[in-house]
Amino acid sequence: MAQLSCKNVSLGYDSHAIISGLSFEVNGGDYLAIVGENGSGKSTLMKTVLGLMKPLSGEIAFGDGVKKNQIGYLPQQTVVQRDFPASVWEVVISGCLSGMGIRPFYNKKEKRRAADCIEKLGLRGFEKRSYRALSGGQQQRVLLARALCSTEKIILLDEPVSGLDPKVTAEMYSAIEKLNAEGTTVIMISHDVAAATRYARHILHIGGEVFFGRKEEYIKSENGKKFLRAGGNENV
Amino acid sequence: MFETLITYLNFPFVRYALIVGLLISLCSSVLGVTLVLKRFSYIGDGLSHVAFGAMSVAAVVGLTDRLLLVLPITVVCAVILLKSGQKAKIKGDAAVAMISVGALAIGYILMNKFPTSSNVSADVCSTLFGAASILTLTRFDVWLCIGLSVAVAVVFVFLYNKLFAITFDENFARATGTNAGAYNLILAIVIAVVIVLAMNLVGSLLISALVIFPALSAMRVFKNFLSVTVCSVIISAVCALVGIIAAILLSLPVGPTIVVADIIAFAVFYVAGSLVGIRRKSV
Repeated sequence: MAQLSCKNVSLGYDSHAIISGLSFEVNGGDYLAIVGENGSGKSTLMKTVLGLMKPLSGEIAFGDGVKKNQIGYLPQQTVVQRDFPASVWEVVISGCLSGMGIRPFYNKKEKRRAADCIEKLGLRGFEKRSYRALSGGQQQRVLLARALCSTEKIILLDEPVSGLDPKVTAEMYSAIEKLNAEGTTVIMISHDVAAATRYARHILHIGGEVFFGRKEEYIKSENGKKFLRAGGNENV
Repeated sequence: MFETLITYLNFPFVRYALIVGLLISLCSSVLGVTLVLKRFSYIGDGLSHVAFGAMSVAAVVGLTDRLLLVLPITVVCAVILLKSGQKAKIKGDAAVAMISVGALAIGYILMNKFPTSSNVSADVCSTLFGAASILTLTRFDVWLCIGLSVAVAVVFVFLYNKLFAITFDENFARATGTNAGAYNLILAIVIAVVIVLAMNLVGSLLISALVIFPALSAMRVFKNFLSVTVCSVIISAVCALVGIIAAILLSLPVGPTIVVADIIAFAVFYVAGSLVGIRRKSV
């Protein structure tokens, strides 16, 4: 059974549908990139999958041992976070909160888990550093570690490399690739089609004609060609 | 000067003022960190005006225990304002401005039209600036304040980690299954309670100062959530004590004196923060 399956889903605000009749499936260990123009509904789709919004119609179901609310999530940075006084440790361990119910304090297991996630993302030694004093790439890795704290099964990344320079972008992608190789399912929203087709194995293109399938087919498809050309990536 | 202080401390009303002042400053500073970071610092201001309006209504109706009316009205407004911050036709800050100015105007009209004492402007002044109310506390007021402060402290300690999560990143918290709505609701109720309590101390106009200043001061110097919280509590308590004692010794109005103490503390921390910043850069 698929970890995430969307059947005939319509999305939008105030009964005004942006996307309708969308169906796709994500299996354990997949690496799916969601691409599309600005305003095509990428963020709306993500919010709906995360349960922050309700779909207008259709069904979003989780399976294969994944429960709703067990998706790790790497959001885009907010204004609030830019000058937020928090240590790396405080941010990462807050990802463990989801499994705690109303228990007020973290237990040993959660602390160990946070330490493991910090280790995994190469952030050892940064625990006491202030989040707002880190570079953009380091901040993204901290947020990725937090997402891993909430689950290692499936993570959803919203534009994980926006605002990063090319070198840090490459590092970020390789960190994501490593997680995927270790078995974490990755769903990534990206407007960078070139990177999406390089790293992901499946592509979901929304806005206009919907495409869902393996990236090799996407590159050959009319929609894919057009989009890749528009991005100035003829060499892909 | 020290002897004068000892003489004053022999009066129960001075001791009451110190106890209540300390407790209220602790409660407001604890919440201040969350409110400032959630970009809700203006909510204290708005709610305090609502409490002012409710207070005048209670006075006109002739309620003996005004809190019975003031507290529920303020809680309801707090909930409405926090909710409206998230999704609304009228944006959060505009909604606060509307409610706050509206309550202030209605409150003042009521106090003018149905004066409860011969000196309306003194009444208004003391509700707004808390002129003497903290020095006229009864034993019951003190116990009520102790009870509510303990409740606020307990709620805060138990929700500390959750509050951090919904303050730092509400969407992430929601997406991973934290019931952010419920915690926001609790937060709104606690804020309303603290503000109604704080009206006794500094009056409704100066409550925001109690909420905002300690948190902002602490954030100049400290870099993580726990130390910012602890530091702002300490700043707030020290300022409240210094302010009350200075006000008594120099016969100044209590509320504004506490706020001045907070302003001085902010200036000190601002300079300290800049110095630390310069040193870090040069290393």
